[in-house]
Formats: sequence, C-alpha cells, structure tokens
Amino acid sequence: MPQPPATRPDGARASAPGAGPASPPPADPVIETRGLTKAYRGGQLAVDGLDLVVPRGSVFGFLGPNGCGKTTTIRMLMGLIDATAGSARVLGSPMPAAGRRVLPKVGALIEGPALYGFLSGRDNLRRFDAADPAADPRTRERRVDQALQRVGLAAAAGKKARAYSLGMKQRLGLAAALLQPRELLVLDEPTNGLDPQGMREIRALVRELAADGTTVFLSSHLLDEIEQVCTHAAVMARGRLITQGTVADLSATVLDTRASGRLTVTTPDPADAARVLKEHGVTELQLTDDRVTGDLPGAADGQVPPDLADLNAALVHAGVRVRAFGTERASLEDVFVQLTGEGFDVAG
Amino acid sequence: MSQAELSQAGAAPRSPRPLWSLGLLRSEITMTFRRWRTLALLAVLAGVPVLVGVAVRIETGRGRSGGGGGGEGGPAFISQVTNNGVFLVFTSLAVTLPFFLPMAIGVIAGDSIAGEAHGGTLRYLLVAPAGRTRLLLVKYATTLTFCLVGTLTVALSALATGALLFPLGEVTLLSGTSIPLAEGLLRALAIAGAVALSLVGVAAIGLFLSTLTTSGIAAMATTVGLLITVQILDTLPQLETIQPYLFPHYWLSFADLLRDPVYWDQLAKNFGLQAVYAAVFGTAAWARFTTRDITA
Ligand SMILES: Nc1ncnc2c1ncn2[C@@H]1O[C@H](COP(=O)(O)OP(=O)(O)OP(=O)(O)O)[C@@H](O)[C@H]1O
Ligand SMILES: [Mg+2]
Repeated sequence: MPQPPATRPDGARASAPGAGPASPPPADPVIETRGLTKAYRGGQLAVDGLDLVVPRGSVFGFLGPNGCGKTTTIRMLMGLIDATAGSARVLGSPMPAAGRRVLPKVGALIEGPALYGFLSGRDNLRRFDAADPAADPRTRERRVDQALQRVGLAAAAGKKARAYSLGMKQRLGLAAALLQPRELLVLDEPTNGLDPQGMREIRALVRELAADGTTVFLSSHLLDEIEQVCTHAAVMARGRLITQGTVADLSATVLDTRASGRLTVTTPDPADAARVLKEHGVTELQLTDDRVTGDLPGAADGQVPPDLADLNAALVHAGVRVRAFGTERASLEDVFVQLTGEGFDVAG
Repeated sequence: MSQAELSQAGAAPRSPRPLWSLGLLRSEITMTFRRWRTLALLAVLAGVPVLVGVAVRIETGRGRSGGGGGGEGGPAFISQVTNNGVFLVFTSLAVTLPFFLPMAIGVIAGDSIAGEAHGGTLRYLLVAPAGRTRLLLVKYATTLTFCLVGTLTVALSALATGALLFPLGEVTLLSGTSIPLAEGLLRALAIAGAVALSLVGVAAIGLFLSTLTTSGIAAMATTVGLLITVQILDTLPQLETIQPYLFPHYWLSFADLLRDPVYWDQLAKNFGLQAVYAAVFGTAAWARFTTRDITA
C-alpha cells in the first residue's frame, strides 16, 4: 500500500521540552472528533463533547482512569456504536458512514481480544481476514504467517484458541490487527496480560510500525509505557477531554503550573547551597543528606525567573561544590495524577 | 520479528474484487459445518430415520397388527414402509419436519449473530470490516444451507435405512398409480427440497431473534419456544381464522408431491407464506442489526 509521506511527529520526546507548543496541528489529522458525545441507555454521559485531534504519524497515547470513556470513544471511532451527538472523522472520512472504505486501512484491538475458541489460532486469523472484502485471498496464507511471526505466535498457531493463555490471546488479537499494512492502528490496552518480554516486543513493534509511517492510537493505564513510546497524548476524565498535546508539552505544562519546576542540587555542602539559593529567591527549600531541593521563583510571583546557569555560577562562586544540578521534569504520572485527581474510586 | 516485511507484502495496490466478498460466506459455512454442535445436530437428524425404520421392522416382525394406518400426512406413509423402503424417506421427513428439523434450524439461526456478540468476535468482524448487511446475508445464507443439508441428511439416512431393512421397488402414489423406482427417488428429492424450503420462515425468525440479544442460548431457546407455541396454536380449533397465517400451517403439504398429478395449491401457499415470513423477519433483522450498538 502506498504510504503517504509520514510527517515526522513534531515535538518527539527526544527534542527539547517546549520545542513546539505553538506549532499548528498538521493539515490532515488521522482522527478528528467534534463534540463527540455518547449517552448509553440510562442517560449518563459516557463521553461528553470530545474534541480529539490525532496527527498523522504520531504515536498517540490515550489516558484516563477506569470508566472515563476511552473504550466508548474507540467504539464510536470504529463505527460500532452511534454517537449521541457530534461527529468523528477517521483517515479524513466521516465515521461510521465511510466504514467500508476506511476500516480496511485500520487495524484495531478493542477492549481485549475476542477469539473463536474452537478454532486454532491460525484459523482465527484466516476467518478475520476473510471478513475483510478488501483482503486478497491469494496472499492470505502468507499474511497470516507473517502476522503470527510478528507477534511471536508461530509455534502455537495450530493450538485451539480456547487453550491460549491471556497473553497469547492478546498477541493473537494484535496479529489480527496486523494482517494488512495499516495506516492507523487503534490499540485499546495492548499490553494487558503480557509478560515483560511481550511488553517490550509490543513497544518495539509500535515503534517499528510508527517508523513505517503507521499512526498508532493507543490507550493504556501504564504511564511508563506511554511515556516510552508515545509522541502525543490526551488525558480524559469522566467523559471529558482534559488536555491533549505532545508528551513533552504536557510535562512542561505541569512544570509551569508549579512555577518553573523544582530545582534539585546535589552537593556535599547542603547548608551553604541552601543559603545561596535562598538569597537568589528560591523558596520551599528542603535538605536531605546531600540534596537540596526548592521551587524556583516564577512569573506567577511577579518575579523574573533566574537563569539556571547564573544560579549554578553563583553556587560555585560561593564555594559550594556541586555534583549535580537541574530541574526535575514532571513525569507523565505526575501529569496524570494532577489532571485526574488522586482519588482511587471509579466515578459512578 | 520480521522487519517491515509486512509493508512490502501489501505494496501491490489493493483493488478489491467482488468475488472476494464470497470469502466470508465460505469461511462461515466451513466454520459452521466443522463445529461439533452442528455435527451433533446432524447426527440426531440422521438417527431419527434409523429409529423409525428399526421400530417399523420390529413391529412387522411381531406380525402386522395393521396399526398406524390413515391419518393426515406422515402416518399415511408408515404402513407402506414394509412394502417399499423408499417410503421411509417420506415417513422420516414427515416425522422430523414438525419438530426436529426446525429445532435444529432454531439452534443455528438463533446463535448466528447472538453467538458472535456473546463471544465478542462480532466487533472484530465488523471492524474487519465485514459490513453489517453483508454479515447478516452471510449468516442467513449459511442457515439456509443448513436447512438443505439437514433435510438431505434425514432423506439420505432414511433411504439407506430403508434399503437395508426393506425391499425397494415401484412406488405406489397416494392417488393409486404406480411409478418406477427411479421416478420415485426423484419425487423423494423434490420432497426434500420442499421440506427445506418450508424451513425458510423459521430461519428468518431465528435470525431476527438473534439480532435482539447478546446471548446465543436465549435466542435459540426463544426460537424453539416460539416454534412449539405456534405448533400448538396451529392445532386449536378455536383459532381457525388465523391458522392459515402461521408458518407451519402448510408444512405437511409436501405430501401432495406424491400425487398424480401433483396438487400445487397447498404447496404454493406454503412457499408463499415462507417467502412472506422471510421478507418480514429478514427486514426486521436488518433494521435492527444495522442500527444496533455493538457494545459486547
Ligand atoms: N454497554 C454499556 N451500557 C451502559 N453503560 C456503559 C456501557 N459500556 C460502558 N458504559 C459506561 O460508560 C462509561 C465509560 O466506559 P468505558 O468502557 O468507555 O471506559 P474506559 O475508559 O474504557 O475504562 P477502562 O479503563 O476501565 O477500560 C462507564 O461509566 C461505563 O459504566
Ligand atoms: Mg476500556
């Protein structure tokens, strides 16, 4: 399949934080929703006015606590359920109207795998492939074999799917999504039930697919995982979209709300360091063994934030021996907890 | 993991051919007839003629007591079985048509959509994308295939049993004339066809019920329950006015194929009624399935 030239994800994690906060969204998003809303029977809004934009070529992490509406959103995008209000476009065409045209280019894993227990793994793939009217039966066997190899199931392909373990089922579900070269992969919690090797392989696979130009839309609770593979992320809570953007931007946003971030200095002279830092307006100082941490004065306090280089020079100038110096970047977990709250209970 | 081989595999532009659409039908039929459940149903259907044949054989061995003569439809043939094994085909179809055959259809049709929904495989078929209308048509076509295979299973098992236990020979029709064995076998085939067509209506009802739930068992049980209820209603004299609209009402009309000349009146009514049921419940199934939220 001729792949459109992949626009390289702007603001990939490797680039400096805040590299592209103002960059406009790419012209042709792979997924775009406007006010997408779903009320299940019973009336409560499972998804509430979602405006999601997934840029082409991105690896897009879709985050949110249990029951916040991630799977519901994915079901609407795939045309499995009708939206109560709003619209969704996938690969530039409206869903569910253009499903016949769009879906052959989309591989999906939705709320876990579902297999025919009485068929072997290979026969399951043959069946799902036969269901796609755009799949060439002449290449079916080869594509099935490749998909099985790609998820490491080649040896267990002849076994009845009912005898598969959770992770094996998950792998087979992934294989079904990989039966064709896809423009978009939608993966709802793809590493659920996988062993550490399996998770690593999936991450490698996602990177490999992304390098080939496939856009990957992936929901997960594993923030580490999202942080490791995703270029972009969106956070949902209680059916609403709280924020979306590049992973780097999201972390930077949270740093901003905490003034300019937390400064950490590692030194054998913590007391002296604390004194110098205090003179330069650093607040909330904390000393632990050889570490001094504190909040940099930010614009919020009406002060000009000091240049970190000047601060370091001042420390050294005052005879403080500095082993390490820098601001801590917020982890995605910090972002997540800050945005969705600490509470453990699922919203009713 | 193979490096990027997959993207090359599809390098040739994909231009779907209309014939590829038949892949799903083939997959569905193969899958249905490879399931243990289907094979068990067919085994039951094949067993009925054997039981009937053996029972008749034992009965005659004890000295014929002249029992079982007369009555409508089925039992009319049973007295003939000892003279001619071909009549076991007619007898067996008459015995299985009121219950065994439609029950088996109810199981296959009831499970068709609901079973996929229950297992969650429905969502993967739909994102493949199988297409809702196409999937429904495939499911109905497979059920109809099962109607034909089920009926032929009964007929062939009956013919084999009849040939083993009884003499074969000229067939005396209900109107008294005799026809050669070969023509009698052709009539048997025609009757099997008529019986299979009689099941088109129940198949559509089962398919519709199957689109209503996500439990295959519930859809199967409802279809079979409905079948029994309607069969009972069809026998109550108080309901004579509505009985011509009940789907099993003309089922036993297939016996008219054993007359010379064939009486087409009731047969035509039967086929017309089945077509109406197929159209009504097929449309209802389509309307329901194409708008339904797939949340399972
Ligand atoms: N079939 C349904 N009928 C009624 N309500 C539903 C249905 N499916 C989901 N919901 C409700 O919709 C809301 C969102 O559910 P959804 O499955 O989209 O959550 P999720 O974000 O995927 O959660 P998780 O992280 O646990 O997978 C929940 O409040 C849930 O109770
Ligand atoms: Mg979910």
